[in-house]
This record gives sequence, C-alpha cells and structure tokens, in this order.
Amino acid sequence: MQQLLFILLSSFTFLVAYRQFKKIYHNITLGKSEKMTHDPVKRWSNVLLVAFGQQKMFKNWIPAIFHLFIYIAFLFTQIELLEILIDGIFGVHRFFAPILSGFYTLIISTIEILSFLALIATIVFLNRRNLLKVPRLVKSELNGWPRLDANIILIAEIFLVTGIFTMNGADTLLQSIDAIHYPDTGRMAISSWLGPTLFGGLETDTLILLERSGWWMHLLVVFGFIIYLPYSKHLHIFLAFPNVYYSKLTSRGKMENMPEIMNEVKTMLGMEAENSTTSGAEIPEFGANDVFDLSWVNILNAYTCTECGRCSAVCPANLTGKKLSPRKIMMDIRDRATEVGINLASGDMKFAKTNNNPDIKTLTSVNYNDGKSLFDYISREELHACTTCNACVEACPVMIDPLEPILKMRRYEILTESAGPPDWTPMFTAMENGGCVWQMTDEREKWRQEI
Amino acid sequence: MRVQTMSETAATSTEIDILFWVGCAGSFDARAQRVTKALSALLDHAGISFAILGNEEMCTGDPARRAGNEFIFQMLALQNINTLNMYGVKKIVTACPHCFNTLKNEYPELGGNYEVVHHTQLLLELLGSGKIKVENGTFMGKKITYHDSCYIGRINGIYEVPRLLLEKLDVDLVEMKRCKSNGLCCGAGGAQMFKEDEPGDKRINIERAEEALATNATIVAANCPFCITMITDGMKAKDKQDEVMVMDISEMILQGVKK
Repeated sequence: MQQLLFILLSSFTFLVAYRQFKKIYHNITLGKSEKMTHDPVKRWSNVLLVAFGQQKMFKNWIPAIFHLFIYIAFLFTQIELLEILIDGIFGVHRFFAPILSGFYTLIISTIEILSFLALIATIVFLNRRNLLKVPRLVKSELNGWPRLDANIILIAEIFLVTGIFTMNGADTLLQSIDAIHYPDTGRMAISSWLGPTLFGGLETDTLILLERSGWWMHLLVVFGFIIYLPYSKHLHIFLAFPNVYYSKLTSRGKMENMPEIMNEVKTMLGMEAENSTTSGAEIPEFGANDVFDLSWVNILNAYTCTECGRCSAVCPANLTGKKLSPRKIMMDIRDRATEVGINLASGDMKFAKTNNNPDIKTLTSVNYNDGKSLFDYISREELHACTTCNACVEACPVMIDPLEPILKMRRYEILTESAGPPDWTPMFTAMENGGCVWQMTDEREKWRQEI
Repeated sequence: MRVQTMSETAATSTEIDILFWVGCAGSFDARAQRVTKALSALLDHAGISFAILGNEEMCTGDPARRAGNEFIFQMLALQNINTLNMYGVKKIVTACPHCFNTLKNEYPELGGNYEVVHHTQLLLELLGSGKIKVENGTFMGKKITYHDSCYIGRINGIYEVPRLLLEKLDVDLVEMKRCKSNGLCCGAGGAQMFKEDEPGDKRINIERAEEALATNATIVAANCPFCITMITDGMKAKDKQDEVMVMDISEMILQGVKK
C-alpha cells in the first residue's frame, strides 16, 4: 500500500517537475543565442571555486557560514534521499544500513549534525529577515510573493529537519524492539539520545507511526520542494552551476561590440565598409526592449537570481535612494520571461502580430507581440541612474551580471527610440561635432602653451 | 618644458617612448589640466620622451557607449584608432581611467592594439627604476585616504599600484570603509557626469565625501579626473573644502620630487 502510494507520488512529482523545468528552459532560450564555451578550463575552475566552493559568499562571513551549513546539509542529505527512494520503491527499510554497516553510522551521523546546523541557520535566517530586518532583505522590490517565498522555504526546512529527527529518533528505539525489521544503524550522533529523550516509553505502535510520519514528512517536503522550485527564487540551487559556467570571462571593462552599426559608421566616415548588407526594408532595432533581444545568458542570470540583494546593497544609486535596484532588474527580466513563456504556450493568436497576413496561423516568438515590453517592468528612471561601477557584478555570489541588460536597454532607448535623458543630448552633439564631451571653443592642446 | 604633439615629432622624425593620452577632462577641465601638467612635468623630469595627439585627439567615446550611443562611440573610436595607427603608436599612458579602459579593453576589437598603462602604473615603474626619486618629506606621516576609481579598481583590478605609490611617499594611509573591490563609486561613471541625478535621498559624491571625512584624512588621493571633481564637490557641499584636499597621485608625487 505504502509502496504503491510512494511510486505514484514520486512519478507524479517528477512528471510535474519535468514539465515545469522544461518551461524554464524554454523561457531561457527565448533570448538570443550566444556562444559561451571558450576556455572551458577557466569555466570549470569558476564552477569549482565560486559555485561549489561558495568563494564569493565569503565576502560577508556571517551569512556565508550559515548558508554553508544549509548548503552542505543539502548536499549530504541527497545520500539519505537516495536510500529513501530505494526503500520506497522496493518496500525495504534502511537499505544501506546492513551493506555499509559502520560507514552507514558515520554518514547518518554526519547528516544529523549537518541537519542540526542547518536548523540553526534556518532560525538565524528567519530572524535576519523578519526580526533584525537586514536592509537588503526588506527592500520594497521584495514586497509580496518574494518575501513570502523566502519564508516558505525556511519554514519547509524546519519541517524537513523535524522529519529527519522524528524518523531517526523513533527508529533508534524500534531497533531494540524489532531488530529484524529495523536493522542496526549504530549510534546516530543526535537521534541516539534525542530519540529516547523524546519518545522513550512510548508504545511500539506509536513509535512505528512516528517513524513513518517522519519518513513521509521528509519525503513530502522534498517532493513539494521539487514541484515548488520553478516558482521560487530557490532555483539557484541548480542554476547557480550553469550560471557560473556560462558567465562572461572577458574583461568587465569591455562592452559587447555592435558590428551591425559598424558598416553604417564606416560608410559615414568614408572608410571602407566590409560588407554592405544594410539594404533591408525594415528599420533595424538596436539594443533590447524585450527578452527576445537579450542574450540567453541574461535570462539564465535572471532565473538564477535568489534575490539576496547583495547587488542592490552596494549599488551607489540604490544606496542613495534612487529607484535603480540591480536585483529588481533581474527579477523583472525573469518575470517578463515567465509572462512571455506562458503567453506563447497558450498559443492564443491575440498575442501574434499578423499584420493581417492570413498565412500566419501560429503564435511564435518571431511574431509575438502582447503590446508590452521590458520597459513596462523596468522604468527609464532606473536605467538612467546606473553609473556602470560594476559593484553589483562584483557582489553577486553566483556571477550574475545585472549591468549588461541595463546597458542593452539604454542602447534600445538611445539608438532605436532616439530617446534618453535630455541632459545627454548636448554631450552627444559635442562629441559628434567636436570630438569632445563638452562643447569647447578652445583648442584641445591649448594647455601646453601654459606650462 | 615644451610638450610636443605627434605631428611635430613625426615632422622631425623624433622617436618617442610613449604617447600621453590627455583626454577631454585633462585637456579642458581647469582642475584636470593641473594633473595633465603635473604628469607632463614628471615624465619630463624622468627623461621620458613623450608626445600628445593634441588637436588630433578625440574623446575615446566611453561616455557615449555607456549612455547607449554605440553610433557615436564607434565614430570616435574608429577615428582615434585611425590616427593612432597612422602614427604607429605602440604604448600609451593616460591619467584618465575611462580613457584607459576604453583604449585598453575596447579598442582592440575595433583594430586598435596598443600597450596601455595608467599613469599610476608608469609612475610606479619610474620610481622603481630610480628615474624619479621622492626627495622630500612633504607627505611623510600625513593622514591620507585613497579613493579607488571604479575603472581602475573594480573594473581593471588595479588596487595595489596606487597604494604602493602612496607608500613611497611615506604617507599614513587610512582606508575608507568601502575600499578596493568594495570601493564606492564617486557617482560620475556611465555618463552620469554629464546629467542631473535621478531623484533620491542623497547625491553619491556626498555619500563618498562623508566616508572620506570619517577617516579624518586631510588629503583624499585619487586617480581619475571625474572622481576628483565629484569628491571635491562633495567636500564643498560639506563645507570642508579648506580642510580636505582632493589630489591626483601624480600631483602628490610631483610635490614629493621637488626640492
């Protein structure tokens, strides 16, 4: 009975999760393709140091240590989860215990100690968010779902740890009652005393019920988490790894070149253009006003963001009260990609720009037009406030680059819309006409006569 | 001393060691001109033969590119690269981190490949080789703080070179709360220098000036003409312009060299 329920439930979980993750993959690939595979050695070393090794987390020791507890506990608990899967499918109990014997005790004890540390970390984090109100964790862009999301996961973590200790604690007592069904696990670091302390003297039936409740609680939290992940900032537990791998390796100081403009500029300057292919009838669009114009890496960045706000806490614009928040930029890109993904999946032709062409019968990312863009999420005021100081890029523990999409949107505003802050117009004019950021009447080399 | 232009050196077939890229601020801004003159004096003192592009120099295009105007950036970049390549320039020094970054990191893709150094790097080299010697104790033991510009610091990873220069001056260096990779921007980058701030609680340069004031330093050492303007304005806003000086490191070296 339990076995059947388990198999049904796990199949359901993995099916739902597969469908959800496929959607996210699809949303990420709405962005332009960009090859990010050169120098695999450097990329793998980043994955090892920054993703696995959490190197950039340690710029700030307190949250880094507590996050490390949860992270390592998460990694180790996967061994236990594997056992739970085997036990669940084959209807056995603690499959690994007799096989691994003493080593099993070590593994379970390690998991117990880590789970305890993770529990402490969870309480510290709930405290930081809800009582201490660490500034970056209570900013306005977190109002509503993001704040709830963070708390839900922390509370789920408490349930998970409770499940583990109930399961192991009851098991310790059951081993001395029914050694055949409950194989010897050795002395588990915490449960060997926590079990007798909490459950000592209880009826065998109660203990069996407790053990099963703990087991199922653990499992249900895990399955719930897997289904919940795609709707949550906690996607970083998976995406942090590819995100770090595909992060930019070129100098931070180098903005991506726009070869599509080069020919026009060269023609204008009377230089030889390489190949004049600018004969298209359509007015070209430059920069980004929607997720389709961003790189897929920008969107991967957005789904990887766990809304920790280290970027916004160091952003000079944000910390002097301007609207710009690099974290909000990433959240907005993610939310827009999700919205576009849902609309595209609906296939509803009201989202297609057909120009009355009867041949267009299906909605695709090419004809997609819902009348909205990234500018409905991100205001111009936010974009204009960026000093390109790269503090956000430096701060992100998982190597997200919030600056690149900001600059791509600035390009759209200036090049495609010919808009932008009016203050910049005289600067552009001076640069174009006089080759100087200011409109000057003096000669550029005049200063040398004054030495 | 007479600073030569590339066209003058080309006319006399004079070989030069290095091109001094002055930049818009260094050429036209009265405060930054003082840095330009200080660096010229130091290069001359060290016996380095250098020249400037003079009227043939244009803005590197950095503020246009970061504002989003790729068109103007490329227009200026291609013209500058044309000029630099025409003179066969190999090595460039500049006192502007924005020029430095664009010349070093962005021009190669457009066909401009040069060895580009920031003036703090060149000055450290000249002090190391003994071509420049700090001969007086003008700054000895003085409480000085150093402001990392974003484009030299965080963006190009140069944190130690300017600090080593200050060490050569025997200053008492006091770091600000946010320094090196965590350094706070002065508020000028990304073409902010050329527009009004967005609405907020405070100007960024005032935040930075306050942080510098908290160190009780009497001099804020900097390496960027825009940072110097911004922090000086911040000091004025706090009415501290008479107590705290904002100086480029090259100006400090020059004062340390003079007997």
